[in-house]
Amino acid sequence: MSDTAVTIKDLKLALPAGSDRAYAVDGVSFDLTAGKILCVVGESGSGKSMCAHALMGLLPDAVIAEAGEIMFGGQNLLTLNEDGWLGLRGRRIAMVFQEPMTALNPLMRIGDQIAEMFEAHGLLTPKERRLKAVSLLREVGLPDPERSVRAYPHQLSGGQRQRAMIAMALALEPAVLVADEPTTALDVTTQAQILKLIRDLQRSRNMAVMFITHDFGVVTDIADRVVVLQHGKVVEQGSADDVLSRPQHPYTRALLAAVPKLQPPSRASRLDQPKVVEVVGLEKTYVSGGGWFQPTRSVQAAKEVSFDIFQGETLGLVGESGSGKSSIARLVMRLIEPDRGTVRLGETDLTRISGKTLREQRKRIQMVFQDPFASLNPRRKVGNIITDGPIAHGMEPATARARAHELLGLVGLNANAMERYPHEFSGGQRQRIGIARALALDPEILVADEAVSALDVSVQAQVLDLLEDLKTRLGLSMLFITHDLRVAAQICDRIAVMQRGTIVELRPAAALFSAPEHPYTRELLAAVPGQISSSKAA
Amino acid sequence: MLAFIAQRIGKAVIVLLAIVVLNFFLIRMAPGDPALVMAGEAGAGDQIFLTQLREKFGLDQPLPVQLFLYVKGIVSFDLGFSFRQQMPVSKLIMDRLPATLLLTGTAFAISLAFGVLFGTLAARRAGSWTDTAITVLALIFYATPLFWVALMAILLFSVALDWLPSFGYETVGANYTGLTHVLDVGAHLIMPATTIGLFFMATYARMTRASMLEVKRLDFVKTARAKGLRDAVIQRRHVLRNALLPVVTLAGLQAGTLVGGAVLTETVFAWPGIGRLMYEALLQRDYNLLLGVFVVCSAMVLAFNLITDLIYRSVDPRIEFAA
Amino acid sequence: MRQFWRTMLRNPGGLIGLAILTIAIAVAVFGPLLFPTSPWRMVQRPFLPPFTLAGLPLGTDALGRDVMAGIIYGARVSLLVGLVSTLAALAVGIPVGAAAGYFGGRIGDALMRFTEFFQTVPSFALAIVLVAVLQPSIVSIVIAIAIVSWPPVARLVRGEVLSLRTREYVQAAIVTGQTNSWIIWREILPNALSPVIVLASLMVATAILLESSLSFLGLGDPNLMSWGYMVGAGRTVIRQAWWITVFPGVAILISVLALNLIGEGLNDALNPRLSKDGR
Repeated sequence: MSDTAVTIKDLKLALPAGSDRAYAVDGVSFDLTAGKILCVVGESGSGKSMCAHALMGLLPDAVIAEAGEIMFGGQNLLTLNEDGWLGLRGRRIAMVFQEPMTALNPLMRIGDQIAEMFEAHGLLTPKERRLKAVSLLREVGLPDPERSVRAYPHQLSGGQRQRAMIAMALALEPAVLVADEPTTALDVTTQAQILKLIRDLQRSRNMAVMFITHDFGVVTDIADRVVVLQHGKVVEQGSADDVLSRPQHPYTRALLAAVPKLQPPSRASRLDQPKVVEVVGLEKTYVSGGGWFQPTRSVQAAKEVSFDIFQGETLGLVGESGSGKSSIARLVMRLIEPDRGTVRLGETDLTRISGKTLREQRKRIQMVFQDPFASLNPRRKVGNIITDGPIAHGMEPATARARAHELLGLVGLNANAMERYPHEFSGGQRQRIGIARALALDPEILVADEAVSALDVSVQAQVLDLLEDLKTRLGLSMLFITHDLRVAAQICDRIAVMQRGTIVELRPAAALFSAPEHPYTRELLAAVPGQISSSKAA
Repeated sequence: MLAFIAQRIGKAVIVLLAIVVLNFFLIRMAPGDPALVMAGEAGAGDQIFLTQLREKFGLDQPLPVQLFLYVKGIVSFDLGFSFRQQMPVSKLIMDRLPATLLLTGTAFAISLAFGVLFGTLAARRAGSWTDTAITVLALIFYATPLFWVALMAILLFSVALDWLPSFGYETVGANYTGLTHVLDVGAHLIMPATTIGLFFMATYARMTRASMLEVKRLDFVKTARAKGLRDAVIQRRHVLRNALLPVVTLAGLQAGTLVGGAVLTETVFAWPGIGRLMYEALLQRDYNLLLGVFVVCSAMVLAFNLITDLIYRSVDPRIEFAA
Repeated sequence: MRQFWRTMLRNPGGLIGLAILTIAIAVAVFGPLLFPTSPWRMVQRPFLPPFTLAGLPLGTDALGRDVMAGIIYGARVSLLVGLVSTLAALAVGIPVGAAAGYFGGRIGDALMRFTEFFQTVPSFALAIVLVAVLQPSIVSIVIAIAIVSWPPVARLVRGEVLSLRTREYVQAAIVTGQTNSWIIWREILPNALSPVIVLASLMVATAILLESSLSFLGLGDPNLMSWGYMVGAGRTVIRQAWWITVFPGVAILISVLALNLIGEGLNDALNPRLSKDGR
């Protein structure tokens, strides 16, 4: 027994002139049902976020609702003026946003921001509002609600802030909840908790939920119905079961295929190969503050970290934020100095050399960075970006350029990219350029620091394939750092799991996934969204 | 928090000491005999005074000794003696300091209040004629030299319209008391304070406008709208509060310019403050007095910076009192 | 580059500013050729009102000197002082800021303490003291203005370099084995320069204001006729001869305004993300 809460029919949202397409959302129709979760899935630029904003009347001024209707409670929401919206927002339809840090006013206490919900609609006395705020925080599982109520946003963790946002959204018991990628910015374990929270609350209050996401794993976990968007159009919709197991549209099929599975392919062991990298006892503590009258704060990012990488293998370094994996990457590259420990590349101890010797040895270990938009100097042409390194090591400019041509072809880019600037390329293409730059010096090892995390899932799959291909062809070894276990499963031979600065488990991929030993590893694995074993009551 | 204040005062004292040392070297950088420089144009003729100076500051002794004697003097609030005005420098300064504090305090209050007001108005009506008018006026006042505005104000309000008195602190010889006195000082205060105020009004208006437009685009404003809050409440509670933080920082940074503005304005309006004292010292080539005023001006700026810093830290919960 | 000029020219304020500045430079360069008489020469009776005599459109001052000539020759002084002192301030501020930002640690701290000291001291008061002590001349004025103007440059550059130092393409340069000086010159500074350019145009404006204020107080170079001096000289006779103070002041106002407008135009052109109505 379910009633339709919201009906969206033929919605067309027009973008201003000069945008890369005419409509953000082009003729989209779907329903939200009370007591059910609808997942709107799409890659970046699909228009899914615009749909969410249209439902709240929060479209940017430049975007106009040209046609269609959004029916809620007998009204077409598109015809509402600002006063009409004031009564609805927060009270009948509420929204949770993606970035909990920026979505909360940094100067107001959490309790006050929740109490504002009541104040906006003239409900309850100030004292009652405060009490309700505490009980709401308790309901969403924030520890010590009486104290949390008086906290400022920066004093809470990401997951706690998101819980507070959810408490705010639910305060007035709305009929509809719009969640715009609420867990994308969270750690995988926190994400699992928040997803469960949303599911439980939705069920107990019989809300209709519209959940925007790009992650099919999340869809598998919580969706009752699914809508797939591409370039502003609905390419497929149906019950979760139908869309996930029997996708009709080629785009849906391609998206589902691109999602990395948690089953690692079988790989030969490389432990008999020579060691390419030997890391022993790395330690690094970050100290901030200090001086008179001030306590120093120290964070230990790496504690006695040791591992080896053998010729031809990909070692994965997996962990959540704060685990120290990025610090290890930087320590291995000697971008930061370790407090203790050594990094050996074959015979050379990278931590003991400096100056010119260090610069010369650097070509043996190269890095692919995370952010495709920050890893290329916007003022240098792509050709120069790739040839700068080799020329610095003494290669003739003409030879370097020829090599750059070759490399661009290897990573699947046209040679005329040499004369163009980074801003003319897409995220995935920029990552390829970054890979070409790393390969230009003929390194023995490649360190990929979350190299695919910022990419759409279909592009991600392409880049991962490229890395695998290059690795085999050029005989590279790789240190692959990621927070996403699914990606690690696809590409790594062995995986090291990090928690709070130490490696808690280091095993071959298949063994790690099928029989994890350390409790944290088990926790991580259980939290990965999209596993068929997770329950999802209809 | 007390530890923080103590730390900042400690730092300020060090900076003041550094300024005093700077003064010491500046005197020696002036051409000629340091004793003549310190005596000023008037005192240079008086041999007895010169001998006293030489003795007091040990001018025939090695440099480190001189430095020590000089600093010792300053620390005991002895800023020297102005031969021309025949008074200790510190007394001269203390006599005139309240007038400057009144002027700069009023100017600051006016500029901040109206600056924020106009900036907010311009931001609320961004793109409209009101906005353009405010922005253009702000640009013009920001570009106008202070001394010229002062003169134009006198030309308009004293010479042409005869509404306001053109110089001084109070009507000379009238000996008003009580409320009449306050009103009299007020009438003399309006033009100088507004003159300084206009420049800073322009600065704060532009900063407030830019800041509000920037904050308006932030995510938490969207959250506030999603709650169904009315626009007026959102502007006041969410946008303005956050937008004012950089304005407070700016106000702190402007302290030095405020003091500089006081020098020019007091000169034009013959306002009896330390700014005008500095001008007199310039005319009389009384370097001792000049440097004495300079030290006090620096102390004022340091005090002002400390206050604004404390205000900023108490308003923004993200910044702790350590650091 | 082309994009930059297009945005720059589309900004009405920036265009006006450029136009005014071009005129001011033209006046400064060619004016003295067209008006060879020294502005110090007495050419007519004192206190001649403006627009009364054909050759003296702006009247004469208390000593019978041509106000128009004064303004033309004054343009040279103001623009020259503004430009040179700004360049000097940049020459000091950029290296100090870059070094403090790139090397950090104790060097950075020491440099920043040094910079902060100069920033805490009230700048106009310090300028007065410096010019008074060094004896007023165009050289001492330029030095004084440069000394009070360089701290904001150092701070800005340090901030930019600090944030760029952790940018991934800079780390990529380190990782591919570039030397420190290559990284500073080729990777960091070109990307750090946009805000510095904006600041520089605003600094020239401030320098002109500083110079005119110093001249007004009588600390100008006694051999050079400058706008501030003219306003100061006309101050005592403001009731009889308003034009002696008004016209030079307007000249200062327009020049400073032009430079501020150019600065804003540059800011919009170099940071295209922020649009005028905040959307």
